[in-house]
Amino acid sequence: MDFLRPVTWEQALAYKAERPEATPIQGGTDVMVEINLDKGRPAALLDLNPVAELTRWSTEGTEIRVGAGVTYTRLIAELGPLLPGLAQASRTVGSPQIRNRGTVAGNLGAASPAGDAHPPLLASGAIVEAESVRGTRMIPITEFYTGVKRNALRPDELIRAVRIPAAAGPQYFSKIGTRNAMVIAVCSFAVALHPGERRVGTGIGSAAPTPRRAPEAEEFVAAALDWEGRSPLDPGAARRFGELVAGAAAPIDDVRGRADYRLHSLAVMARRTLGWAWNDYTGRGPA
Amino acid sequence: MLRPDGTLKVTGEFAYSSDLWLDGMLWGATLRSPHPSAWIRSVDVGPALAMPGVFAVLTHEDVPGEKFYGLEHKDQPVLAIDQVRYQGEAVALVAADHPETARRAAAAIVVDYEVREAVVDARRAAFDPSCPPVHAHGNLVRHQPVRVGSTFDAPVVVTGEYEVGMQDQAFLGPESGLAVPGEDGGVDLYVATQWLHVDQDQVAPCLALPKEKVRLSLAGVGGAFGAREDLSMQIHASMLALRTGKPVKIVYGREESFFGHVHRHPARMRYEHGATADGRLVYVRAEIVLDGGAYCSSSPAVVGNAASLGVGPYEVGNVWIDAYGVYTNNPPCGAMRGFGAVQACYAYESQMDRLAEACGLSPVEVRIRNAVSQGSKLATGQIVDTPAPLADMLRELEAMPGPGEPSAARDLRSLPGGVAQTTHGEGVRRGVGYGVGIKNICFSEGFDDYSTARVRVELLGGEPHVLVHTAAAEVGQGLITIKAQIARTELGIDKVTIAPADTSVGSAGSSSASRQSYVTGGAVKATCEAVRERLDRMRAGHPELTLEELLELYGPVEETREYRHRPTTPMDPLTGQGDSHVQLALCVHRAVVDVDVELGLVKVVELAAVQDVGRILNPLALEGQIHGGTAQGLGLALMEEIQVRDGKVLNPSFTDYLIPTILDMPPMRLSILENPDPHAPYGLRGAGEPPTLSSTPAVAAAVRAATGLDLPRVPIRPEDIALVPAAG
Repeated sequence: MDFLRPVTWEQALAYKAERPEATPIQGGTDVMVEINLDKGRPAALLDLNPVAELTRWSTEGTEIRVGAGVTYTRLIAELGPLLPGLAQASRTVGSPQIRNRGTVAGNLGAASPAGDAHPPLLASGAIVEAESVRGTRMIPITEFYTGVKRNALRPDELIRAVRIPAAAGPQYFSKIGTRNAMVIAVCSFAVALHPGERRVGTGIGSAAPTPRRAPEAEEFVAAALDWEGRSPLDPGAARRFGELVAGAAAPIDDVRGRADYRLHSLAVMARRTLGWAWNDYTGRGPA
Repeated sequence: MLRPDGTLKVTGEFAYSSDLWLDGMLWGATLRSPHPSAWIRSVDVGPALAMPGVFAVLTHEDVPGEKFYGLEHKDQPVLAIDQVRYQGEAVALVAADHPETARRAAAAIVVDYEVREAVVDARRAAFDPSCPPVHAHGNLVRHQPVRVGSTFDAPVVVTGEYEVGMQDQAFLGPESGLAVPGEDGGVDLYVATQWLHVDQDQVAPCLALPKEKVRLSLAGVGGAFGAREDLSMQIHASMLALRTGKPVKIVYGREESFFGHVHRHPARMRYEHGATADGRLVYVRAEIVLDGGAYCSSSPAVVGNAASLGVGPYEVGNVWIDAYGVYTNNPPCGAMRGFGAVQACYAYESQMDRLAEACGLSPVEVRIRNAVSQGSKLATGQIVDTPAPLADMLRELEAMPGPGEPSAARDLRSLPGGVAQTTHGEGVRRGVGYGVGIKNICFSEGFDDYSTARVRVELLGGEPHVLVHTAAAEVGQGLITIKAQIARTELGIDKVTIAPADTSVGSAGSSSASRQSYVTGGAVKATCEAVRERLDRMRAGHPELTLEELLELYGPVEETREYRHRPTTPMDPLTGQGDSHVQLALCVHRAVVDVDVELGLVKVVELAAVQDVGRILNPLALEGQIHGGTAQGLGLALMEEIQVRDGKVLNPSFTDYLIPTILDMPPMRLSILENPDPHAPYGLRGAGEPPTLSSTPAVAAAVRAATGLDLPRVPIRPEDIALVPAAG
């Protein structure tokens, strides 16, 4: 196994163009586990750790550009107010040690349906900044996940950053696990209110071959909410929202949970998180 | 007093068995069966042998001596012979100059399997005569009845069927060790185990070596909990070392480890309790089926415990128990903390709660009304001849302050789901539950259970030093500290060294059954007394001399003693009667839980326990044992299960085999009682296992109280709460 260690981003892209089969590695929290378990043996590892620029984040207009090397720990500490949904999701990733190493870009690279970062990225409408020696592509998050552990990156592309609109309204992330910490999602859900657009964003994790939105639920609830008068959330509408979210999922039975439980719990999480978000928006305080 | 291994373990510097290293050593790897049941038509080791860096590839044909081994029955082949009986059974071995090469070579061995029907239903294995036999001698490992009295009707009758899933010991240090070929044709084996001498007894015949040529030393043990009672890589590494003439190290990976040791027996249990209207037990009937998997391991003793302790610490005049251990093609099961008493405890305590409800009593009251005490007769006819203040323990537990009501503004970490934020309080209901357990301490049923200690007092640098040498395995429980404490106490000499455990001293017995403080502690005490007597005699001749001067004059003083606890008797094969246990220990738990009833997620808010340990030797280590045992019981109640389908393990990893984290295990309130057992050294009572019994039913009862559901199975899964079948 070759170990490629570029120092600049340009070098990294050059390596990737030359060796498209190389697997990029940053925190190693996914790649090293796979290697240790002997599941797939990359011909080469492309170590992005020396590329210092990747560890920066910046504000660009209303967008936060999070470099591919920003760890979950820093995201929680530095970006909580700007990206609350993603920060909440980050807080549920693994253990402190894993959060010190793992990155959102790594989550995207692995594209596991159970990745914790995906639902809030979907709910916020993030954009993946992919780059190769041929140029930069801005991939909308909804087009990024193409199958179980597959994504839209081309063989010579690397993720340089993730661009996420700063929260313009309340956001919540919720995840089911069979223990109270350090657990892979049985299923998860994120909601983001976009009051300016009178729109609600959603993201479903671990309940379909890929992370996905629940478009019907989004449309239904955007129309049902009293954005103007900020009247309380109608319980029936909240319930319907939950049903529609569950309806958008296509879960399976597996070792972590049953499909029917995933559908049930998605509906509950969707209803509850919408309630919290709406309460925040209408100034009723925490639920 | 700091434990000598504590700082090293916390800072990551402790040398575990997986850290062993010798220059020029080879790495061993094991090829395992992917099938739970199959004939082996052929094994072609050619492709593995042809790989550069491979030094040896061995199959059953290369086992030098006896082909089978086992703790109680030698029914397990060192390497599979013509057939495999469980997924993960060892088929062939490789030694290579790199672990990766060894693994790849193992994978290159071509085995032609003819897959056959796997026996995976323990009840079928027990009762269906048409069930295919897993072994030629049938599927029944042991049937132990208990028969007392003849009254099996009562005004109040409660029945239940209960199930316990397959729990894993989940030790963190995988099976590992180093075998070094000796110049005398023997082998030196450095290994993480629970009982060096029983390993030696099993390894030597398979290598066709006399025992003295198989020398074992304890390597750093990363947890045990019963999983190191059976052999794992001991014979394999030795075979490879003897064949290649080079040291051979074997370290299982995490996934392999799940196939490399036995687990806790899954159990299916039917119980019927009859009582008077005021909740006094008239009779208990029970059928307990324990799935032992493919090989015997310690199943017979597990069955003995389930049978003899099957009604719990309650006075019952009429008992009809049938406990079965059976062979199946599921993963082999054997020893795990609590050892047969855990499964029964979950069932009989669930029954006591049902009885309380049926009689309109509180869970505590119904237990108090039936509690054993000193002088009570157990189901086996054995008289409880030492203090057993169960009723008082329950009263004390009930009177302990609770955790208080949840505050309005709650930290997510205090709610079910934790920071995964599944609730801000919605759907959360509180429940309280109680559990009581009784565990036998030391080996039972007539076993010659002893330990050996060698104690030497000598001058080192002009100062008296004590060297304590036993073969007892320090598996993390803190025995090293206890042995040093005993030596200091008995000899009044401050400088005490604990020699590494190995087979150059007599057997210490197993670090199991909560027995080492009792038996090896007793051996160290007895040996120190013998040393003291000699010192006293020396002193009597020279009253003017100091200890230093005496040792100067006479040289070192060394004594070796074996210590035995009082004998036990076997259980009668037809009635289960007999004084089968040495010592009995009680622990009681109260659990307070918050359950998100809509999502089925549980936060254990508090666990309180009262345990009688006879005499506290080391408060910190003791509390650690109670906390740890309680956590393991909580794990069984809520999350720990090896999921097996059609004989195959679905979750052989710590990603999907979940053990409690610090956010799952609540703070504990403990009351530790000291009612001495006059038969035991210092009056002590073994402490490691009892809390593992009672915490599981206490947590389960609390979840039932919060949800109103029956929940007849542990671990309780979220869907068991959230998706209640319409009929249920």
